[in-house]
Amino acid sequence: MTELPYSWTEDVLSPLGETGVMIRCGDTISELVHRRVMSVCALLEKRQLPGIMEWLPSFASVTLFYDPLISPYHEVCEMLLHELNKMEEVTLGQPRTIIIPVCYGGEFGPDLEYVAAEHGLTPDEVIAIHTSGDYLVHMIGFAPGFPYLGGLSDKIATPRRPTPRLRVEAGTVGIGGQQTGVYPVTTPGGWQCIGRTPLALFRPMEDPPSLLTAGDRVRFASISLQEYLEQKEGGR
Amino acid sequence: MSIEVIRPGLLSTVQDEGRTGFRRYGIHPGGVMDTFAARAANVLVGNSRDAAVLEMTLTGPELHFYESRLISLCGADLTATVDALPVPLWRPVVVLAGSVLRFGRCSSGLRAYMAIAGGIAVPEIMGSCSTDLKTGFGGNEGRALKVGDRLSEGEASWEAQAALHALSVEAEKNNRRMGAPAWYLSSREWLAYQADPVIRVMPGKDSAVFDEDSLERFHKERYVISPQSDRMGYRLEGAKLKLRQPMDRLSEAVTYGTVQVPADGQPIILMADHQTIGGYPVIAQVARVDLPVLAQARPGGRVAFERITYQEAQQLFLEQELGWRLTDQLIRRRLTRMGDR
Repeated sequence: MTELPYSWTEDVLSPLGETGVMIRCGDTISELVHRRVMSVCALLEKRQLPGIMEWLPSFASVTLFYDPLISPYHEVCEMLLHELNKMEEVTLGQPRTIIIPVCYGGEFGPDLEYVAAEHGLTPDEVIAIHTSGDYLVHMIGFAPGFPYLGGLSDKIATPRRPTPRLRVEAGTVGIGGQQTGVYPVTTPGGWQCIGRTPLALFRPMEDPPSLLTAGDRVRFASISLQEYLEQKEGGR
Repeated sequence: MSIEVIRPGLLSTVQDEGRTGFRRYGIHPGGVMDTFAARAANVLVGNSRDAAVLEMTLTGPELHFYESRLISLCGADLTATVDALPVPLWRPVVVLAGSVLRFGRCSSGLRAYMAIAGGIAVPEIMGSCSTDLKTGFGGNEGRALKVGDRLSEGEASWEAQAALHALSVEAEKNNRRMGAPAWYLSSREWLAYQADPVIRVMPGKDSAVFDEDSLERFHKERYVISPQSDRMGYRLEGAKLKLRQPMDRLSEAVTYGTVQVPADGQPIILMADHQTIGGYPVIAQVARVDLPVLAQARPGGRVAFERITYQEAQQLFLEQELGWRLTDQLIRRRLTRMGDR
């Protein structure tokens, strides 16, 4: 792990209320900071420290939630600094790559033409650029199973719609500025809708309940409407 | 099936203490808004304290009991009656088979909790019976109660069965449809429910980026709870809070009680159904022991924020948790003794 060492001092830890600790791993969105975040998560998974119930990675920090009846704040911090400072041993597994099939354009992607026109491209060129990207899942948040993806090409980055739609169907693939992603559940939303996937990203009855997890790699693959209908899963 | 919903009330949902372990998948813990009242309600009917209860907001439902059941009502006072007899709060109550439990005007607080011995039985999803209204899963089909819904409960504890029997015999002897003991759980020494509460807060991770005048006003002035407040967040109206300089913080974890400040300078307190990740500057974090008080404050009410350290907040939380362990034991003994007589 070439990005280590990092200065794991008390300064990187701060309380989130009386049951949370935030571990700052950097202050930028980058692959390097992301690898550090994933290393901390791997460490927490492996070490099972007393009282620590769950943790949540984000762009540049990991926040863990603990039971202060088992370990109060200062003890959690002491344990963490001890573990973080000998973290060189943590090795990350090979990231998973998940292919997300997308039926682009048409009724599922009403903004595809707009995105193309904005960049002087044809819809097919937009699809080619979107499907050639290798995207990193930085974190899951906002809604159950919603991935924050990094790696969208500048060639198709497009500002959000001036007025959000009141209803964006689950599975819709969108572009919002420099980000691209998939709406796991039907919600209001302001992103440019370019297509829809038949895969269910949020799976409440499964363990884990999310198709994607931070650290995964995502690629999009173009499919026809026929293929979409054949592959459609879940009621959502 | 022992209860049928005749009228559902404004927003009645099945909740427990929420889901742990799924924040990394974007799933908030959720669960009851007032953990104190819900826990009290459970303990009073001999349940484990995190059993599923009914959370009722402002306007309560009308429930038909097909079987005699031991219940308890805690939190807001929705002036409940059985056969025109008022149902007392904060104590175990037996409602006899064939009775209708009606809720009336809300005379204090905002959210009432009904526990039933054995806990409300709904399928567990991700280890919890809580209703996630926004995404639409958990609890009773992922939604609020509606007319015609039927509720069942799990098996009542031994203590609860003893109390149910004793109270039923007593009620029948007095020719009443309902019965309750004279004793009750006094919440007053633990918790200061009030319409315009003073809430204790610790500094948030971004406190230092707010200008000094804003920080001072946040702790000095009262904020009005906006009507646009719900289980996800309380929007506040009052002194406008400004940053020393614009800040661009990457989105990261937030939790129940996090006070964030969007660009309009009006704070939002995240409540039980908060999103897992937030990007706005965080000025403060509400102490856990005061979240139940906040959960009972109504839109239009005014809140003030008193500053404490996170060490003090943690100490208060630990004391309350230890208090619960003791109270749980004492009440179990009382329930059992009711059966001895």
